[in-house]
Amino acid sequence: MTSARPGVQLAVSAEPPAFFAFFQQTAAIAEIELKKLIRDPTEVLARAVQPVLWIVIFGNVFSRIRAIPTGNVSYLAFMTPGILAQSVLFVAIFYGIAVIWERDLGIVHKLLVSPAQRAALVYGKATSAGFRGAVQATIIYVVAFLLHIQIRWTPLSILGVFAGAMLGSAVFATLSFIVACLVKSRERFMGVGQLMTMPLFFASNAIYPTSIMPHWLRVVAYLNPLTYLVDALRTLMIGASQSSHSVLTNFGIVALIFVILAAVATKLYPSLVR
Amino acid sequence: MSTSNTAVTSPADATSLGGEAFAIETFGLTRRFGDLIAANHVTLHVPYGAIFGLLGPNGAGKTTTIKMLTTMLEPSEGTASVAGFDIVKAPAKVRRMIGYVPQMLSADGGLTGWENLDLSAKLYGIRRAERKRRIEDALHFMGLTEFGRKLVKTYSGGMIRRLEIAQAMLHRPAVLFLDEPTIGLDPVARRSVWERLLELRQNFQMTVLITTHGMDEADELCDHLAIMHLGKVAAIGTPADLKANVGPDATLDDVFVHFSGGIIQEEGNYRDVRATRRTASRLG
Repeated sequence: MTSARPGVQLAVSAEPPAFFAFFQQTAAIAEIELKKLIRDPTEVLARAVQPVLWIVIFGNVFSRIRAIPTGNVSYLAFMTPGILAQSVLFVAIFYGIAVIWERDLGIVHKLLVSPAQRAALVYGKATSAGFRGAVQATIIYVVAFLLHIQIRWTPLSILGVFAGAMLGSAVFATLSFIVACLVKSRERFMGVGQLMTMPLFFASNAIYPTSIMPHWLRVVAYLNPLTYLVDALRTLMIGASQSSHSVLTNFGIVALIFVILAAVATKLYPSLVR
Repeated sequence: MSTSNTAVTSPADATSLGGEAFAIETFGLTRRFGDLIAANHVTLHVPYGAIFGLLGPNGAGKTTTIKMLTTMLEPSEGTASVAGFDIVKAPAKVRRMIGYVPQMLSADGGLTGWENLDLSAKLYGIRRAERKRRIEDALHFMGLTEFGRKLVKTYSGGMIRRLEIAQAMLHRPAVLFLDEPTIGLDPVARRSVWERLLELRQNFQMTVLITTHGMDEADELCDHLAIMHLGKVAAIGTPADLKANVGPDATLDDVFVHFSGGIIQEEGNYRDVRATRRTASRLG
């Protein structure tokens, strides 16, 4: 097998090391998504309305009736990390629609015919979903500031919350990516997306502690990545009193889930163009 | 009607290049989707430097064939090599050697022309020092220099298509695949795309494979054609050979109808269609 021949000019003679190419390709995909996000932030900003409503309306009403035991922290402070996780989930879980859109436009075809590593394409998408998570975290901090919610404002905790929001966003966007590869059409995707959000949200510790759940639901909550994300964000925002694991353990579990989901997405991505 | 490969072989080209004579070689390339055979034992030999057209009605298997050759789809049966690499055994190597322009207008509208090209350059691993020059060259070559910093959503269809060809040629592929390159474009835009493809072949010795159902496109652009029908290669040869085979003053439309059958059953035989067409062209 010969690779070069007279008369045919080849541009890519030396292949760069695989890990270097991986980072460059991941960064290239993430960079264009970030550019588009900055150019047209309408969607992300519109989605900010929902978490604000949850905190202002739901949060305030439930604070008054004191129905949910939250120890020595206020219910508003307790739910704030939960609502951040929820908003990350709700934005990221529909990320797959963009993948189906790109398939209909032929962009996926072009990416898959390029020599880019498929894993780099998936990690690039996950990184760009992470930027959206960071926007959600910013919005939650603004709301918390305006409503004087008692959360921590140390640089380390803020940094941790942003990392958590980005990682969580990557997890649910990659889950959404997998669903997109399986259903392949926008209509079906919308149905499945709606179907996933509510169970993921309610079978978690986002707005109430798992201790008040019936046993079976608690089991479900422990299988739910959102639970670990909320647990980590809660420790970072209001302290460890309401959390079951350390931040590192939680981040480790969420990161592991991400790596597994990304591997599945990498495997399924080429099926989008078959 | 012949499915052999004799018509497209030019022995002079073969010897001058040494090694494998063909940019694309397929042997019995077949793809099944359940009971449907989308591509049925497709055997093609595309010489280096050719502009080769896969011609056929919708559903003839053109896109399925191109998807297999560009490594998007694995064949159910048969083999193929592109630029000397086996599409099943060495798909990653094939991807480095080819450029691809999909049927849809797929440049990203939310980005500028430059940014679209920059993404491709990075995905193809073109070094930073080289990138800027390649992008400027490609924009210039495609007549898009003054639009490079504009968002692609402000481009016309013809400009988007030219930008996509610019994207596909950045890494100087040995073989360029275009699926219906001028579908939906106005006549001026179509012509400008054809001119650029001819120049690409001239300047970079690229081999170009297009799918089309436009007879004028096949006639003006392609020096070899394979007519596909129901997943099979129904005829293969130069446009002139194919026309001569069908009749003394046959057009490519007649050839197309002759080999793709469908219209014959619906509207009488191809001679009737040809007569009508001649009448129409006389009346202007």
